[in-house]
Amino acid sequence: MTATQERTSSGEVGRDRRRKEDQRLITGRTRWTDNIQLPGMLHLAMVRSPFAHARITSIDTSEAKAATNVVAVLTGEDVKDEQGSLPNAWPITPDQKAPPHPSIAVDRVAFAGEIVAVVVARSAAEARDAAELVDVDYEELPAALDLKDAANDTTLAHPDLGTNKSAFWKFDSAEAGTGGNVDEAIEKARGDGIVIEREYRQQRLIPAFMEPRSVVVDPTGEQITVWSATQIPHILRFLMAAVLGVSEAKIRVIAPDVGGGFGGKLQTTPEEWATFMAARRLGKPCKYTETRSESLMAGHHGRDQWQKLTLSATKDGTVTGLKVELLADMGAYISLVGGGVPVLGAFMFNAIYKFPAYQFNCQTVLTNKTWTDAYRGAGRPEATFAIERLMDELAVELGVDPLEVREKNWIKHEEFPFITVCGLEYDSGNYEAATAKAKEMFGYDELRAEQQRRRDSGDPVQLGIGVSTFTEMCGLAPSRVLGSLDYGAGGWEHASVRMLPTGKVEVITGASAHGQGHETAWSQIVADRLGVAFEDVEVLHGDTQIAHKGLDTYGSRSLVVGGEALVKAADKVVEKAKPIAAHLLEASADDLEFSGGKFSVKGTDKGMAIGEVALATFAAHNLPDGVEPSLDSDATYDPVNFSFPHGTHLCAVEIDTETGGVKMRKYVCVDDIGNIVNPLIVSGQVHGGLVQGIAQALFEEAVHDEAGTLVSASFVDYLVPTAADTISFDTAHTTSPSLTNTLGTKGVGEAGTIASTPAVVNAVVDAIRHFGVDDVQMPCTPARIWKAIHAHDQGGGTPTPGDAAPHFDEQDVADRTAGADDTAGGAQ
Amino acid sequence: MTKIEVTVDGAKYADDVEPRMLLVHYLRERLGKTGTVVGCDTSNCGACTVHVDGRSVKSCNMLAVQADGHEVTTVEGLAQDGELHPVQKAFHECHALQCGYCTPGMIMQSIDLLNDNPNPSEEEIRTGLEGNLCRCTGYHNIVKAVQTAAGGAQ
Ligand code: FES
Ligand code: FES
Repeated sequence: MTATQERTSSGEVGRDRRRKEDQRLITGRTRWTDNIQLPGMLHLAMVRSPFAHARITSIDTSEAKAATNVVAVLTGEDVKDEQGSLPNAWPITPDQKAPPHPSIAVDRVAFAGEIVAVVVARSAAEARDAAELVDVDYEELPAALDLKDAANDTTLAHPDLGTNKSAFWKFDSAEAGTGGNVDEAIEKARGDGIVIEREYRQQRLIPAFMEPRSVVVDPTGEQITVWSATQIPHILRFLMAAVLGVSEAKIRVIAPDVGGGFGGKLQTTPEEWATFMAARRLGKPCKYTETRSESLMAGHHGRDQWQKLTLSATKDGTVTGLKVELLADMGAYISLVGGGVPVLGAFMFNAIYKFPAYQFNCQTVLTNKTWTDAYRGAGRPEATFAIERLMDELAVELGVDPLEVREKNWIKHEEFPFITVCGLEYDSGNYEAATAKAKEMFGYDELRAEQQRRRDSGDPVQLGIGVSTFTEMCGLAPSRVLGSLDYGAGGWEHASVRMLPTGKVEVITGASAHGQGHETAWSQIVADRLGVAFEDVEVLHGDTQIAHKGLDTYGSRSLVVGGEALVKAADKVVEKAKPIAAHLLEASADDLEFSGGKFSVKGTDKGMAIGEVALATFAAHNLPDGVEPSLDSDATYDPVNFSFPHGTHLCAVEIDTETGGVKMRKYVCVDDIGNIVNPLIVSGQVHGGLVQGIAQALFEEAVHDEAGTLVSASFVDYLVPTAADTISFDTAHTTSPSLTNTLGTKGVGEAGTIASTPAVVNAVVDAIRHFGVDDVQMPCTPARIWKAIHAHDQGGGTPTPGDAAPHFDEQDVADRTAGADDTAGGAQ
Repeated sequence: MTKIEVTVDGAKYADDVEPRMLLVHYLRERLGKTGTVVGCDTSNCGACTVHVDGRSVKSCNMLAVQADGHEVTTVEGLAQDGELHPVQKAFHECHALQCGYCTPGMIMQSIDLLNDNPNPSEEEIRTGLEGNLCRCTGYHNIVKAVQTAAGGAQ
């Protein structure tokens, strides 16, 4: 044990430790849910609706039931009394309309991909073959597909509800007493100032984690064990128990190695429910693993909003008000937190700026498409996109540099802590510092000069420079605030630290990593806190029988909430060890100090390592009277505030005006995420986040045809960028430590995604603004860019060359007729 | 059922397989080589990449019977005597993985790329990995890892 103590290190926090997780992942020693094989295991295949909206008139399962090695076929009718409704944990208004959400449709399907029957067989291949034999008769119903039409109740997604409007949610700074009256501000600006009115489209995206979702349910034994490729083992356990009428204590959920989530695995899924019901009925372990096309079609989607925005300013560019009117497509059902996703953006449209008046209105709308829910950033990318696009438009109106108008309006570093027009308190930040650093790294002035040269010479390749000075609110979240927003749970996190007699330390966290590197970062934190070796810390998570308590991983919360719980638990260990050490050292506890993993008696050379105290506590032969023989400690931490990372992102793109092709030339970001535990892990979070945001700007869109079938239901058509589509990034940091947690950290998981989308679109628009373009609808494909450039031609120009995937062109046209007029002809 | 004999990661196997069984399913379900994974059903993601006779192949795009008489290497067979392959080391060193789901395929493809071109440019690396999707890393550190393994990362 002393050997262990000699390796004691300090200064772990801040080190670019290589990850502990890697060894098993690079050698294939992995535990993905789909790897699990159990004796007698049965396999599920789903029969899914090909129609967006239809009545199920009959289901004939006889042929499927008779097929080789088929054990059972379940329909909605079979399970209608036990399946309940999949949960909606965030009803945003008391009168929110939400249709019941069966895991297996009973008499009607509301989107293409919905499960209508489940085939259980001895092998996955036999289950899939038999699924083809299930004969379902449908009577097709008119489908509500276009968001704006659906908002007008033109066609009803759920006729029984009588409307597609699910909930209307509003925040008004005058009513809340946090700011002025926005309508007055806009009225005044119409007289003597500037009013910018725009409508932007947030296209529908698909999280597209690389590991398809998979679930195994083993009903043998006292507890029913559920393995799931999920971000939320604890929430899943609680909700399965609540909905399916099983005692929570009889369910054990394990999230083994999970291959990415990005919000897409923050869900309680019909597939999990169906597998649970099948296993419970048949008494055998059951497994379901989705195919990629099922994943893209039936795993929840993200974004999908129309944003109507009105910004008012004085003639010198001081913003006086912002009004936001959103339509948000919920898809066919109001899912776990789907209704609340736009509300997560409600307090972020004002971003880093000192707007005096603000109003946010959001109408959530049901349609006959796959339901939407959290996708990396959830609500905040939409907000950041809108305001960062608008600030560019304001700069153009004023004829000033886009960074200048931002600086005029942003919160100065000496004004922190700052209470925003939404009533949030931003604890720390320094927008000037991040921007100065980013400009320097980018070579901002030289690139502007090059842009001018290319403009002047009429170069067919034009340069565009895009800016995004973002902030976001993450670290979800103070429980009281969640309560005030009608969210169904709290936002605390739990941690335990167990001191083993050998001096090793076991850390249990309620956060549930799926690629974020918690095992490494948590080890660094505990190594510093307890003065033990990084290697001697083992982090356990993702199994409700081991990590019995937690609220899981999403919303950039693990470090700022879970990390703080860990700090508190570790500090309790030291507190518990102190009287024991004092007793063993024959000193008074008041004379002890703890540093570098050692209790020392002040002014002497007497001391004892915490590992030695752990062994003595385990032996329990000589403890002070009345002291329990344990150093193990728990902490449950409820955050006092959100976390507000910020940063300045600068992007340069080259646009070939003859083809509409976009080439990213340079991307610089300087993020202020407070103190950094592991710079290597942070860089990975930033890079991955950037590419997901860039992908929204340039590549990705979930496209449906007029019948409501997802056309982009494979990686051939849903364009997740490849290595060849992306570039290397220049990233750096400035540091304003957070004042709301001990380590001074801020969330980073979503920052890149939130910031990068508007930076890229601003760059695209900037490159072709002189053609009279003031918007290009996302994704900014070459076809759309080309059309935008030529929108003002006098009948000139050759017709757009066909896009690589023709349906994107069709969708393009469909979207314009649906109201995206800005795209076609914006610059009036 | 068809009888096949294959060498996988140095060990010989003889099995009766259904003619329609994909190599990736044979590896995972029959041999327990679960280090190789499936990410799609259209041969687009590359998560299933292995080597057959030393060349990278998407194992979801090949039948088990086609591997009869051939030698397959998966990510599990790369380390020799407990010593990681230089590309595995570089992935660890450069933080080229997060969730790790794409990693087996990425590593196998990167090795193939470096076998063909020991000193690739950044662009050659990016093109060479085009058939392998990663949703976590943004590719930045994967490119760096390949450069590091090639000895060319300065
Ligand atoms: S599993 Fe996607 S390419 Fe093989
Ligand atoms: S590391 Fe997660 S997909 Fe590549």
